[in-house]
Amino acid sequence: MSFLRAFFARPQTLAGFCIFSAIAIIALAAPLLFPRGPFTIVGMPLLPPGASGFAAGSDVLGRDMAAELAFGARISLLVGIASTIVSIGAGGVLGAVAGYHGGLVDDLLMRVTEFFQIIPSFVLVMVLVAFLQPSLASTVLGIALITWPQVARVVRGEFLALRQREFVAAARMQGLGAGRIIFGEILPNALGPIIVIATMVVGNAILTESALSFLGLGDPNLMSWGSMVGGSRSSMWVAWWTMVLPGLCIMVTVLALNFIGDGLNDALNPRRGR
Amino acid sequence: MRRLRYILSRLVKAGLVTVAVVLLSFFLIRLAPGDAATVMAGQAGYADEAYMKGLRAEYGLDQPLPAQLWKYLTAVAHGDLGTSYGRGQKVLAVILERLPNTLLLDAFALAVAMGGGIWLGALAARRPGSAGDAAVSLASMLFYAMPQFWLGMMLVLVFSAWLGWLPPFGIETLGADYAGLRRVADIAQHMILPGMTLALYYLANYARLTRVAMIETAGEDYVKTARAKGLSERQVARRHILRNAMIPLISYAGLQASILVGGSVVVENVFSWPGLGTLAYQAVGARDNPLLLGIFIVTALLVCLFNLLTDIAYSIADPRVELT
Repeated sequence: MSFLRAFFARPQTLAGFCIFSAIAIIALAAPLLFPRGPFTIVGMPLLPPGASGFAAGSDVLGRDMAAELAFGARISLLVGIASTIVSIGAGGVLGAVAGYHGGLVDDLLMRVTEFFQIIPSFVLVMVLVAFLQPSLASTVLGIALITWPQVARVVRGEFLALRQREFVAAARMQGLGAGRIIFGEILPNALGPIIVIATMVVGNAILTESALSFLGLGDPNLMSWGSMVGGSRSSMWVAWWTMVLPGLCIMVTVLALNFIGDGLNDALNPRRGR
Repeated sequence: MRRLRYILSRLVKAGLVTVAVVLLSFFLIRLAPGDAATVMAGQAGYADEAYMKGLRAEYGLDQPLPAQLWKYLTAVAHGDLGTSYGRGQKVLAVILERLPNTLLLDAFALAVAMGGGIWLGALAARRPGSAGDAAVSLASMLFYAMPQFWLGMMLVLVFSAWLGWLPPFGIETLGADYAGLRRVADIAQHMILPGMTLALYYLANYARLTRVAMIETAGEDYVKTARAKGLSERQVARRHILRNAMIPLISYAGLQASILVGGSVVVENVFSWPGLGTLAYQAVGARDNPLLLGIFIVTALLVCLFNLLTDIAYSIADPRVELT
């Protein structure tokens, strides 16, 4: 109860939560809402939003923009969540081991994360996705590759602080192994910051995916918000909605995630503040 | 002496990052299906076993991995990034031809972001909690959630399609053949929209950072001393508060450099700005892997160099900085 009260203390967290839930439901229900799929031509091209049967208008080929947006939500959320899981998994384990053991492992990991901070990571993702051939899997892998270092840094910091605490000393005295202490004792106490960074990673992943598919590096057989914006570059001059609406969807989704992250931060790390 | 040692250690670090970038690139090449021989054979439209074998021997693709790696490292060290598949030119030459355009755009964006951000932040710090203050935090929140390519297209929609004030794409007016100052003005006009697209996000961030740093610095003892000796508020704000508050902004500029370069790759494509970003897009379309990889290496080196410069600037601006 107290968690929920702290979580929803700010109105924008509640708004973010409601908006994100709505987008998630639309994404899940897209095949039921639009059984013909996003690629079917269903009417006249470039109908404005509000034309009969076209709440969001139609695009340059006469496809239903509403269906395209709903199916685009699936890709954005899928890529966002899948790459975050990979990123949190890899970054979490490496950060935990480095923070707990310190020494050479820690030094090495910090150098690697610094390396990823310096290099232009978006260009690296472009290279990786282009070389592996654009697909859902290569996009997820590429985004995970550039986001895990920031996760590792946060987790390492938490473990560095927590390993000094009495409950860890007590666990060590009981003769527990490093693996048990890391995952059984310290990890549950470090979950708060990990969940907060996870929401940030989802938002960043959605933005990166949209930029990739805008540049034509998305899976060509899937409808995504970024590729919709990319495809509207000529039609935007006569039909603003083909460009404005998918971009607006990206922004609102990421904004909602950021609000949720702020709310989680307040609720899970009450002493830290923002 | 200590500063010299600091700069040397930064140089060593930059060198190590460079080597790591090239090593990473070498292994990235191996991710792509097929090797250079299959691509070249595909372009020749002709391939039998003997021909492929000859190609592999010619390019050293039949040698063991460590030998290939050594060959690659020495080639890159000599500035040889390979030959572009599509253009038949040296990759480095193609990149160097486009590089000035990207540098121009990025420098413009950075200057607008830092100049405008520091100015707005200083204004907001003078009256914390004012409407301007709230507007800056709202703007940075929105820009943080917005895809940059979309922001660029929205600016095109408003300032080119609706208002007709600014040119929507290119670096200069095609076929106009302006010369001298007229040409400079033409390019500047074309630079406003892509430059602002890149700059707006950082501008909002710089404003926020400047505001916090100035409010913190205003409480320092030396600021009280400056006031006590009778300096005007204006002088105190400019010479004592702002100058010290700017120090953390220098390292922020270094940290953001890699994101700025990544952003310019996308934004250049929105505006058909003939820089490395549009080149990367063309390389993806033409499956020109050596060119794409070359762009990665060159941009990584650039960011690395920029970080080195900001590190040095930081050590000069703040002599107390820990020189390690």
